[in-house]
Amino acid sequence: MAKYICKRIIMAIVVLLLIASLTFLLMNLVPGGPFLSEKAPSQAVLDALNAKYGLDQPLHIQLKNYMVNALHGDFGVSLKMQKNRPVTDIIIEMFPVSLRVGIVAVIVAVICGVPMGCIAAYYRGGKMDSFLRVVMTLGISIPGFVVATLLLIFFGVKLHWLPTMGLNGWTSYIMPAFTLAFYPMCYLGRLSRSSMLDAINQDYIRTARAKGVKGKAIIFKHALRNALIPVVTYLGPLTAGIVTGGFVAETVFCIPGLGRYFVQSVLNRDYPIIMATTIFLAALVILMNLVVDILYKVIDPRIDITKGGEH
Amino acid sequence: MTEATKDLKKMLSLQPDWDRLPDPNFEFLPDDFELASDEAKENFIEKAPPVTYWQDAVRRFKQNTVAMFALGLLIVIILFAFVGPLFFENDYTTMVRGQENLGMSLKHPFGTDKFGRDLMLRTMYGSRISLLVGICASAIVLVIGTIYGSISGFVGGRVDDIMMRIVELIYSIPEVLVVLLISITIKIPIQNWCNSSDSSLAHSVAQTGPSLIAIFIAFGLLYWVTMSRIIRGQVLMLKQQEYVTAARALGAGSKRIVKRHLWPNCIGQIIVTTAMQIPSAIFLESFLSFLGIGVAAPMTSLGSMASDALGGIYTYPYRLIIPAIILSLLILSLNLVGDGLRDALDPRLKK
Repeated sequence: MAKYICKRIIMAIVVLLLIASLTFLLMNLVPGGPFLSEKAPSQAVLDALNAKYGLDQPLHIQLKNYMVNALHGDFGVSLKMQKNRPVTDIIIEMFPVSLRVGIVAVIVAVICGVPMGCIAAYYRGGKMDSFLRVVMTLGISIPGFVVATLLLIFFGVKLHWLPTMGLNGWTSYIMPAFTLAFYPMCYLGRLSRSSMLDAINQDYIRTARAKGVKGKAIIFKHALRNALIPVVTYLGPLTAGIVTGGFVAETVFCIPGLGRYFVQSVLNRDYPIIMATTIFLAALVILMNLVVDILYKVIDPRIDITKGGEH
Repeated sequence: MTEATKDLKKMLSLQPDWDRLPDPNFEFLPDDFELASDEAKENFIEKAPPVTYWQDAVRRFKQNTVAMFALGLLIVIILFAFVGPLFFENDYTTMVRGQENLGMSLKHPFGTDKFGRDLMLRTMYGSRISLLVGICASAIVLVIGTIYGSISGFVGGRVDDIMMRIVELIYSIPEVLVVLLISITIKIPIQNWCNSSDSSLAHSVAQTGPSLIAIFIAFGLLYWVTMSRIIRGQVLMLKQQEYVTAARALGAGSKRIVKRHLWPNCIGQIIVTTAMQIPSAIFLESFLSFLGIGVAAPMTSLGSMASDALGGIYTYPYRLIIPAIILSLLILSLNLVGDGLRDALDPRLKK
């Protein structure tokens, strides 16, 4: 177990380093630095700026410098969007906003998705099951931006029920959180339906039934526990989905979170912000995956994750 | 005595329900031992035509009403995207002066945009781009994943270990983040290369659009891992089979064994996995286009149409709703067809 955790942590660090270098190299592949604009500065000014930010050194030295600084918690300063403000500062300011919306979304996804799957499994083959399956398949086929914009049109523009932008008061959380939660909710529903069906066919369920336990109690007390194991494994990818979903939801609903900021920095080509945000979000996703894999082992001792490590 | 009372009696007798013993008073008739005539033999053996794997799969697929319905929907969308534009005299880039911002009418069923371009035509081209992206990206995944997976599984040992470590590494990369990065960063170098180089390859790349190529590259770099894992698993299992040993004993080389014996036997899995990649590629392309990183103007895609329409959402909400619905229907039908293909080609996976 300890060996496995060590292996996974080393792997996570390697992946992070890989992503950091990849991001760095890709950023430098793009011609036209951050100082180019319609009003081109003179060569002397450009040289001075490049020297100031260390952009005149060879690539590998820049990479090394960046890594060393990053390990000290210094991700550089914003070059364009909020001039000279440390990137770490920006992330600390923006991330909690995204986090709040994200947490609401995770709660919505789990609270709606898992029971949906359980109900479908309970009425397997029936009308309720077919209905829920249609809804869930539809749910994984509708891109996040479609959900976001349709919500915006109907509840924001047509009905004026919910605020269309910003994050003031609890009503403004409804649309972004639902946008983020929609896909994971339906995915979770499908996942928990199939794992519930697996669990229902197990021997111990038959034993419980033979002992006279009632139908609903079997589902919710006996089968659910084991059916939840695959659901836990989805929590890692769920984080990734919510992080990337944040790009869309925050852009559409004008929420001043990290996702929207990332998209803007990409469009503005503000290197330090892009790099730091990528590394930060990647670290978040990787960490979640790591935690989930270990949790998986703790919940279900039958699983030997040291072999193979298939997800 | 009626059937019901007979059954009841049998139940009450509490006897097991095994088959009756032969009648002890049975007697053979003299002609029971006559040789059967040719005609009788002919009729005796029930003649079922041999069914191949594909016929069986097609039959199973046809029985699946949901999948058939989705296939119909998919064909309609494909016709819409590829045949539809033939009925228009204009190109999707043609801007007609004096016809800006028209509402829905008979001449322009979806209206026109602020440059006077017909939106129905643009929707058709947008769906065409989405379909092409889906097919090309999954073709890339198919090629890389299949070759990588077969080498890893077939060679085995150290090579397999190292190759699977690499797969694991790529697996833990948050793909969308990296795809986003790759597609924004390599767009410009590709563009420059197209402008400077004079080869036919550069020309065709320029025609497809550098941003689309960037998406393909990004997709091809990261999304083949699932495919390679599945193929590796299959190859690992299949290479132990007797017919592979037989082929080797007859002197077949590794290449031939993989091509002639292993790939045809994982064809079902290959098709299913490839089909499942198409909707995810379309998903990704529309996501990137919506954020403004995908296809470049004047080319359009369903994602970028939705993104364009976001500005006029108060006045022209239908401009956003139409491409959004078509995109969702496209992905839905592809998902359902993929599910149907899985059930048809690989019945063991069915749940």
